[in-house]
Amino acid sequence: MGPEVVRDLNFSIAPQSFQFVTGPSGAGKTTLLKLMLLSLRPTRGTIHIFGHNAAALSKQQVTALRRRIGVVFQDFRLLDHLTTYENVALPLRAMGRAESDYRAEVVELLRWVGLGDRINASPVVLSGGEKQRAAIARALIVRPELLLADEPTGNVDPGLARRLLRLFIELHRLGTAVVIATHDLPLMDQFSFARRLVVGNGKVVMFDGVST
Amino acid sequence: MKEPVHDRQLAFAPQAALNRRMPLIPRESVAGVALAAVIAIMTVLACLTAGGALLLAQASQGWRSDVLREVTIQVKPGAGDDVESLVAKAVLVAAQTRGVKHVRVYSAAESAKLLQPWLGDGLELSLLPIPRILVVDMDGAAEEDLAGLRAALARSTPQATLSDRRIWAARIGTMANAVVVFAMATFALMIVAMAIAIGFATRGAVAANREIIEVLHFVGASDRFIAREFETHFRNIGFRGALIGGLSAMAFFISAATLARWLTDSAGGAQIAALFGAFALGPTGYAALIVIGAVVTVLTGLVSRVIVFRHLRGLQ
Repeated sequence: MGPEVVRDLNFSIAPQSFQFVTGPSGAGKTTLLKLMLLSLRPTRGTIHIFGHNAAALSKQQVTALRRRIGVVFQDFRLLDHLTTYENVALPLRAMGRAESDYRAEVVELLRWVGLGDRINASPVVLSGGEKQRAAIARALIVRPELLLADEPTGNVDPGLARRLLRLFIELHRLGTAVVIATHDLPLMDQFSFARRLVVGNGKVVMFDGVST
Repeated sequence: MKEPVHDRQLAFAPQAALNRRMPLIPRESVAGVALAAVIAIMTVLACLTAGGALLLAQASQGWRSDVLREVTIQVKPGAGDDVESLVAKAVLVAAQTRGVKHVRVYSAAESAKLLQPWLGDGLELSLLPIPRILVVDMDGAAEEDLAGLRAALARSTPQATLSDRRIWAARIGTMANAVVVFAMATFALMIVAMAIAIGFATRGAVAANREIIEVLHFVGASDRFIAREFETHFRNIGFRGALIGGLSAMAFFISAATLARWLTDSAGGAQIAALFGAFALGPTGYAALIVIGAVVTVLTGLVSRVIVFRHLRGLQ
């Protein structure tokens, strides 16, 4: 067991809320997101997610809950042997939906994030920004109740970063709770309504934003 | 999500030619090719073992039915005996015995042919004390009286002895059965070895594709879904290996049967034919090879599925 990365945390993510998780590199932002994604288990304390105690969940329940969560990884985690289309469609395929059933939906979302002409491209040939958008599209395709995004604007220029953020806000307006880990302070300043969870010294301090 | 946010130039989508159903486990890998080769080799060996056992079982059945239908009488003429007269008497006695269907005397030429592999061509039988052979076909339906035949021969033609090959046939049958059992055990061991090889390859593939498994878990894929993807992947590899191996084994048996037909007239060919029949598997034999290929294919998928399931269950 390694050192405690974060401790004594006590916060909740309200449905349809929007928050940034921020703090210096290595402060534990990614760890916090992994805990919320049920990818890590806390050594102490409990996590309640969608009304369930995470410690008491079976693997099937974890799978069912993850289908209500969209996640954008800092390193994208796109599968290189699949096309952009297949990567974005992956959560739907994993849910057992027929390809003919979701094809139009995936193509529409790819257009929406500006990857309409990269449908059949392998992630290997995509630029950093394109990979980022493909990863975001993959997280959005299931219309999640909770979206976790780890540095989703870390690899794109400021203009595209703002556009991607607007995309998250649009999703938030449609009813998704959004948690974005970033240390891009100027970007956060543009969205003053959002709550900020500042991670530092292993603890979280909350600053409520102005309500939308 | 009603309004597109940007990129008007991308407002069209090349909907045609969507490449959208790639396997989630990458299809081509060095390990996959190696596993297909191992499965192909094991399938060939398994098919050869099973096919050999089938041939032997068929041949053994043939020997036994032949032997049960026939007994032989040897007439060993002493000095000054008229061999043809002795043979005629033995034929008469045999023909009158209950259960005998037909008696056939091996001609001198046939006897020479029997001895040809050992004594060579141009044999002059009259110079040698060669016994004459009578083949007695038994009527399987009627009750046989071999003891009566032996006694009658002893009375009328003491130079004639009855050779009942059934004891020998029983021993040969037991030996053939033992060989078949041994072949089936070897076949079973090969299947086990193949399953172990598939198990190792699956574990290797799981380790190599750990990141894919993680991503699948994070996007909400169940263990069952992931295991099914691996099963499909390995079943395809198994099918490729089984197809190559099965076709190679079939090619071997077809070639062997053709060769055996060509060599029928030679002494060696006659011996092979005596041991293995026509070396022809027949439709049942080839169907058995197809079944082996199908079993190997299904087994490959199932073993990998079970191993992946166990691996995923162990993951936190």
